[in-house]
Amino acid sequence: MSSPMSTPGGKRGRPSNPSTRNEAATSPPAQRRRGQPSSNGDLPLMPTSPPTDMPDPLQDTSLFSSPPHLHHFLPSEVDMSSPLMYGTPSSRVDGTPRSGARGTPARQRPDLGSVRKSKQVDLQSEPSAADGAAAAEQPAGQRLVIWGTDVNVATCKEKFQRFLQRFIDPSSKEDENSCLDLNEPLYMQKLEEISIVGDPVLNINCGHVSSFDAELYRQLVCYPQEVIPTFDMAVNELFFERFPDSILEHQIQVRPYNALKTRNMRSLNPEDIDQLITISGMVIRTSQLIPEMQEAFFQCAVCAFSARVEVDRGRIAEPAVCRNCNTTHSLALIHNRSMFSDKQMVKIQESPEDMPAGQTPHTTVVYAHNDLVDKVQPGDRINITGIYRAVPMRVNPRQSNVKSVYKTHIDVIHFRKTDEKRLHGQDDENEQRLFTEARVQTLRELAAKPDVYDRLSSALAPSIYEHEDIKKGILLQLFGGTRKDFSQTGRGNFRAEVNILLCGDPGTSKSQLLQYVFNLVPRGQYTSGKGSSAVGLTAYIMKDPETRQTVLQTGALVLSDNGICCIDEFDKMSDSTRSVLHEVMEQQTLSIAKAGIICQLNARTSILAAANPVESQWNPKKTTIENIQLPHTLLSRFDLIFLMLDPQDEAYDRKLAHHLVSLYYQSEEQLEEENLDMAVLKDFIAYARSYIQPKLSEEAGQALIEAYVEMRKVGSGRGMVSAYPRQLESLIRLAEAHAKVRFSDKVETIDVEEAKRLHREALKQSATDPRTGFVDISILTTGMSATARKRKEEITAALKKMLQSRTKTPVMKFQQLFDDLRGQSETAITKDQFEEALKALCDEDYLTISGKTIRLAT
Amino acid sequence: MPSTNDWINNPLGVVEEMFGASQNSSDSGWEAKVTEFFRQRLMEKDAHTWVPSLNDVPLHYLKPNSLVKFRCLIQDMFDPEFYMGAYDTVDPSTKAKVLRCGKYKDVTECGVDLDSANMVTSERQTFYCVPIPGESPWVKESYASTCQARVVPSTSYVPSRQKRSYEDDDEDDMDTQPQAQGHAHNGTPAAAEAQGNGDSKRQETEAPSGQKASSPPLDLNFPLPGEKGPACLVKVYADWDSFKLNDTMEVYGILSVSPALSALSDQSDTSSSLILDPAECMETAEELRVHSPPASLVPRLHLIHTQRLAHNNPLLPPAALEDSAASLASTLGEMVSVRAELLAYFTQLLLGDVLAAEYLLLHLISNVYARRDVIPLGKFTLNLSGCPATAGPAYTEQLYCALQQLVPSAYRLSMTLQNMNQLRLVPRKDYVANRLLSGALQLAANTSLYLDETQLEQGQLDPAGVRNITALGNVISWQKVDYDFNYHQMEFPSNINVLIASEGRSLLPSDCHVHLQPQVTPPNMEAYLGSALTAQSSSQLNKFRLYLTMARTLDYSISEEVTKAVEDDFVDMRKDDPQSISADDLHSLLGVARLLCLSLGQSALSTDAWSRAKHIETLRKSRSEPQGCLNGNEP
Repeated sequence: MSSPMSTPGGKRGRPSNPSTRNEAATSPPAQRRRGQPSSNGDLPLMPTSPPTDMPDPLQDTSLFSSPPHLHHFLPSEVDMSSPLMYGTPSSRVDGTPRSGARGTPARQRPDLGSVRKSKQVDLQSEPSAADGAAAAEQPAGQRLVIWGTDVNVATCKEKFQRFLQRFIDPSSKEDENSCLDLNEPLYMQKLEEISIVGDPVLNINCGHVSSFDAELYRQLVCYPQEVIPTFDMAVNELFFERFPDSILEHQIQVRPYNALKTRNMRSLNPEDIDQLITISGMVIRTSQLIPEMQEAFFQCAVCAFSARVEVDRGRIAEPAVCRNCNTTHSLALIHNRSMFSDKQMVKIQESPEDMPAGQTPHTTVVYAHNDLVDKVQPGDRINITGIYRAVPMRVNPRQSNVKSVYKTHIDVIHFRKTDEKRLHGQDDENEQRLFTEARVQTLRELAAKPDVYDRLSSALAPSIYEHEDIKKGILLQLFGGTRKDFSQTGRGNFRAEVNILLCGDPGTSKSQLLQYVFNLVPRGQYTSGKGSSAVGLTAYIMKDPETRQTVLQTGALVLSDNGICCIDEFDKMSDSTRSVLHEVMEQQTLSIAKAGIICQLNARTSILAAANPVESQWNPKKTTIENIQLPHTLLSRFDLIFLMLDPQDEAYDRKLAHHLVSLYYQSEEQLEEENLDMAVLKDFIAYARSYIQPKLSEEAGQALIEAYVEMRKVGSGRGMVSAYPRQLESLIRLAEAHAKVRFSDKVETIDVEEAKRLHREALKQSATDPRTGFVDISILTTGMSATARKRKEEITAALKKMLQSRTKTPVMKFQQLFDDLRGQSETAITKDQFEEALKALCDEDYLTISGKTIRLAT
Repeated sequence: MPSTNDWINNPLGVVEEMFGASQNSSDSGWEAKVTEFFRQRLMEKDAHTWVPSLNDVPLHYLKPNSLVKFRCLIQDMFDPEFYMGAYDTVDPSTKAKVLRCGKYKDVTECGVDLDSANMVTSERQTFYCVPIPGESPWVKESYASTCQARVVPSTSYVPSRQKRSYEDDDEDDMDTQPQAQGHAHNGTPAAAEAQGNGDSKRQETEAPSGQKASSPPLDLNFPLPGEKGPACLVKVYADWDSFKLNDTMEVYGILSVSPALSALSDQSDTSSSLILDPAECMETAEELRVHSPPASLVPRLHLIHTQRLAHNNPLLPPAALEDSAASLASTLGEMVSVRAELLAYFTQLLLGDVLAAEYLLLHLISNVYARRDVIPLGKFTLNLSGCPATAGPAYTEQLYCALQQLVPSAYRLSMTLQNMNQLRLVPRKDYVANRLLSGALQLAANTSLYLDETQLEQGQLDPAGVRNITALGNVISWQKVDYDFNYHQMEFPSNINVLIASEGRSLLPSDCHVHLQPQVTPPNMEAYLGSALTAQSSSQLNKFRLYLTMARTLDYSISEEVTKAVEDDFVDMRKDDPQSISADDLHSLLGVARLLCLSLGQSALSTDAWSRAKHIETLRKSRSEPQGCLNGNEP
């Protein structure tokens, strides 16, 4: 195995000594004191040094852990041959003096500095170390490999520099590369960025490395602890060659990410130990900051002579004798001048999506170091790239038998939040990669079939019989429209989600449909209107009992961001709860002003709601609004409103009975097949949602305009408005969703046709005026059909006329007036209508109502 | 080959022998051989009855490192752990290296050479297992009586000893070491220590030692309150993906109770100079307590063989029914007559109401046999309303006792307001201790959950209460429990037979509501039911038990002709009055018909059974109509 030692580099973790900090951060003299080009300082592990630098044969064994060529620059305070020199001398900030602008201090990398130090002992004791030493004596150093690996430092460095200088990724889609020129070497631009911004961290996508040089990638994954410092060295050489004048806080550190080795916590196994891995998960707990001592500072109580000792494997070898005055046991640890680095324990848990059914999620301990501390919070979804470690556990320090179990953890090298990207509306890279080539192929084949739309809609909730159009509507909802951003023109985000309301008789399997959808989509929420309050839907503020920190707890709507929120018993929701939905359903955001926290959360969720009629049974003589008693302001925000009614027809009954009976005797295998379909459907939707972003074609645009104008015309003939811009928007969304079903990048006329058909079907069901039989959109937009409004006006006019005719009696009884009016009119007038008419007159200040008496205003 | 006693008393000897043999012959399949060897041994006639069971035998009677069995439910799954599969030990005096096997062990031998190239790291999975929740007393007794293992208290067991100091332990180790001949390495001292710990544990309130003093007794995390029995950490070496949470199984494994496993014992000893062990701060104290509890309280079991329990009825062979179908053919023939007897018994219990008795019988053999997308098929939640309230809780309690005597596992949840508000029904993940805190709804498949709604009085349900009621509703409607993982919920399918006893119609949904119509009004309810209970002989009860489990596992199908007949029937009924029967009604009718067939031992729907189902459904509906619900809520 490889060499050992904590890495090198200047330790600037948390210099508690002010003078040290000043030196490091500002004063050039301090920088000048480095030996050798800075890059070497970072590389204690590498046996690259020319043999001539070797101080004496005794040092051979430590060769791999410390760069020997630095030795002769070292301040004389430490005796080279003393056992204290075990640590890496190069790690001093106040290293050796040197001239030149490249003296940027290296920064220690505790993420690489391993716990694997036990191997170090080997290196000295096992004869095999001699091989390495022998190899090191070859002047060329070319055939030299790091002990225990097949990594040759010089080759590796060269390869990596070539990668940095040459790698071009014209197809890059990552957001962070958006402002870079895709035809220029990507990482050289990033270096330039570093020289300007001064943030000395270079993130390297392992995918790029592997496509550029598979061998280099293999080495990186297998021996990260050796290869990453080599990368560091390489990148620093390159950087300071190119930007000799730039001043960085510390040397550039390479942070690889996206190692394809492992994606799932569950698949980690002993073979991954000490390898570079990437896993995804959710942070469940973070510890307090742990200051970890990197270097102890001792001072002699007699002569004030000071000594520094590196922490090795968690131990400090306390010097027993002061080398200056030879007093024994006179050295005392000075905490203030010791060097510490930040460390934090983070616990991550498997993301719920990655888990097999019926098992509990696994957790893994992760250590974050230095500037990665406090980068993540509990609840964050993250991708972690790091080195997997296993440490044997000692049962008792005084006993020699060991518990035969290892403790495992990951030293983080790179964090990547997955939900952060959602903020920018970017596609989840994570999700994209879930599809294998073969899977994509099957999906594409399926999409190419002419009847894909019908196939998918029938695969949706197969246990629920019929209701084809409703299933089609829900299918389109699952796909959603294309997200458009009009924020530049001041309009903000344009809603891409389709909202659907199902209303109808109890027992028409609305709830089952909702449950099915909830189980189908990855980010779905299911809530019942009866059980949820406004708080449960939106977000609430909670005090964490441990930290006393105020935390924003998100409710169903926020949790289903980018997913579907299924709300059952929509009609039983309280008014205050419903009012929250107004903002969500059009603006797709959620504003919170509570306990001093004012914020706007994204809630780009589609809503699938189910409502029961007020009178337990749907009354076909009433309008939708009257049946479900929901405010029209809310109803108009639904793109599609479907009625689920019992069709009461013999052929239907027969088919339904057959369908249900078959449920009861179909064998397990047949059921399995259905389940397979669900998996395909899931993938199909996920794929379409992340890859397909259809745009309107010219013809489709024309078709939409025509459709809209046509809809407007229908109404205008009868003196009513039959379509509003909202309906046009709905049509566009539906057409886009339909194009997604076909995996088409263009919305074409057939998409518009289907959108029109579906929209019309839904309207026919929900917006038909029961009095006239015409579809009347104003039922949904204003809550009253045009004919009903006309009727109301007529009655009001008649009432007014009647009252005017008998001005002599300014006071009259309610019931009497009602009877009189009924007698006068040729059509039946209900009490409700009469009351409405009275109220209208009252609003006109024509009369006043007090209790059961009506008084004419004078 | 090792003798019978050896493979039970010293299974590690067998393992080591095979491991050693494999080293010489470079044959890699030794691990498969080990499991195969034990499987073969256990297959032998009655062999499994010779293995002592952790369920019946107190832990301190069992020999450490011997083969034991444990009937349990997987309550939680811990993270996988890496262990030394094989390692070298170095004798400090002779410097001789010996290759050892680390499988099926928790602690290594002395003198591990951590840097040896022969070290093999392997992976295993740990499950936290508890005895099957709500297991009926008759099941426990029956299992215990069939077990033929002779339990000899381990040699060093001295019942009078109360507790010992740490120094005493050390001396004991010294003393006993030479005597530990037959057993593997530190067998006897471990037993002694286990004994010591066990004793002190039972008196934990007396604060045996520093660390323990400050912490409350360990919560063994049983799903149901008031459960007893050992919990166990089962280490699984292969195929762990096939296990699911809440699976029930019988585990055969090597018992490990090494005192070194107790996390708390080694906390105080880290005083040696300037050790900054990175492993120290990795886990919180609670987590250590939970994941490394004292071995005397939560023993470790290294799994060698498992037997999945399709049912937990000791009267039936544990294997899947098909294998032993022949031997059960006679039982099958008797089903009709047993059914009649059982029906008579239930009628007596239900105060002479034959219809209710019939439905109760159907309920008891119901079982979720499949799921169509989200709909669980085969569930049959029964709401028995009209339970005589005048007699107080006596009636519902006695009824529960009677049912408990018939089913393998049952739990009575008294739905008092206090219980609803305070009980934890849904399991919740505790991130501090990193475990799944169990709840009363974490039950094994086919457990009878008896909800006593007669206990519910008017009052305020707090948010926790509302959540509990919702959770119960979810179990009834969808047969699933959403475990609370704080940041998200995770859905676990359940298969629980819910029976609701209430005065009026229950506030919870149900598949079937029967209003009780007592035909007799005994003056003294308690005496009446008591006599009904005691009247049943144990052989009669055994017949009932066998019948219920058998009926549940039968296959079922519907032929083409009957399908046609049912369709016609449905269409006709709709023609007359569309309101009379809806799709949902047809659903429940088909469900009733299925259970009716199974209860008669028939595996296909007949037209007779269909009309019988229709008949009892009509009877049932006519009863509930007068007090049917009018609030328009969907069930």
